[in-house]
Amino acid sequence: MRAWLTLALGLMLALPAAAADYAALPGGRFASVLPADGKAAPAQVAPFRLRTEPVTNAEFLAFVKAHPEWRRDRVASILADRRYLSHWAGAETLGSEALPRQPVTRVSWFAAQAFCESEGARLPSWYEWEYAAAADATRRDARSDPAWRENLLSWYSRPSNAPLPDVGGAPNAYGVRDITQPVWEWVDDFNALLVASDSRDQNDPDVLKFCGAGAVSLQEKENYAVLMRIAMLSALKAADTTNNMGFRCAKPQ
Amino acid sequence: MKRLLPLFAMLLLLGSAWAATPLPGDSVYNLSVQLTDQDGHRQMLADRRGRPQLVTMFYTSCQMVCPMIIDSLRLTRNALDPATRARIDLLAVSFDPARDDVATLKSYAEKRKLDPRIWTLARTEPAQVRQLSGVLGLQYRQLPDGEFNHSSELILLDADGRIAARTARIGKLDPEFVQAIGKLVAPPHD
Repeated sequence: MRAWLTLALGLMLALPAAAADYAALPGGRFASVLPADGKAAPAQVAPFRLRTEPVTNAEFLAFVKAHPEWRRDRVASILADRRYLSHWAGAETLGSEALPRQPVTRVSWFAAQAFCESEGARLPSWYEWEYAAAADATRRDARSDPAWRENLLSWYSRPSNAPLPDVGGAPNAYGVRDITQPVWEWVDDFNALLVASDSRDQNDPDVLKFCGAGAVSLQEKENYAVLMRIAMLSALKAADTTNNMGFRCAKPQ
Repeated sequence: MKRLLPLFAMLLLLGSAWAATPLPGDSVYNLSVQLTDQDGHRQMLADRRGRPQLVTMFYTSCQMVCPMIIDSLRLTRNALDPATRARIDLLAVSFDPARDDVATLKSYAEKRKLDPRIWTLARTEPAQVRQLSGVLGLQYRQLPDGEFNHSSELILLDADGRIAARTARIGKLDPEFVQAIGKLVAPPHD
């Protein structure tokens, strides 16, 4: 027994100190605001694991030190725009504008993807994110509750220049924290959300260049707080960074 | 033959110059993407550096737009003057790596009579498909029935992999795009 304990303790010590926590989510059929077939079909979410907290400045700093090609002074401009990590004091220094436990922001989709890959994970899909964000503290799908919507919308009343709170907010029914606040999050298929469902109609190919284009039929129209996120994600390019766009990672079950 | 020797030497020098010059930051070749073509040859996307490319994304089981994308690439190439035509390569990467394996790409190329000396039809892993579409600025979404919704564009890359021009006109020739290719590949006062 004692030997077993020693072994277990040894294993625990051998694990990297900052190994991220992932929560298991069961998945299933999910009524997304974005119908799977562009009309009305529900999404199918396979069981998956999701990081319980968004990636922090400290975690991203450790990643940058291990993968110097992602330093802000070395990254290729096609993979991250000029604002990438610009609130950090230096290429490998956080400073007062980027506290260790604050969620990392001003990261491009490419950088977020590379980070997740470095911990054996990937970015969640939009459906996975929307599914996890549908929960409140006690229910897995609280979307019909006006209080849930209020909470999602309260993001907009937070001044964009106010410092971000540290991660570690109250967990939702899955044990996932900070998913709707305080930052928005990249998803793997961010550039796939508003591809017009009649994009095979070539009468006006220019239509494809614009988000929405009026062609995709969106469900659950009362969930405009969620729809605004889709519009925002769709307007971004993979190298873009913004003041309030962070990310978390996902893994298969 | 003797006259050709200095030319070969120059080509060799040029080749090593390409290898030695660091990639520009805005080159799509900064992305590490492993391609496998219709003959099963593997190549890194960045290995295509050195010659301008016409690039697009498609998938072989697509009945509607994709044949038109391939037609448009052909049409565009045919509209170039022979000197320009000889200096560019064509690359079409599949959105659908699950179904577009090497054999499927091969039979598609044969059916559409796409000369392998000119055309590279390629597949890559799903995560890299998303990355490639990201740098090329193309959008796609898989539907439950296995079809894809996707934007359809032809993209001109310069020899260093920078996006030099693009067109969303599919199914008929875009004269401005043809002009842009000519200007990049064989400038009039070269």
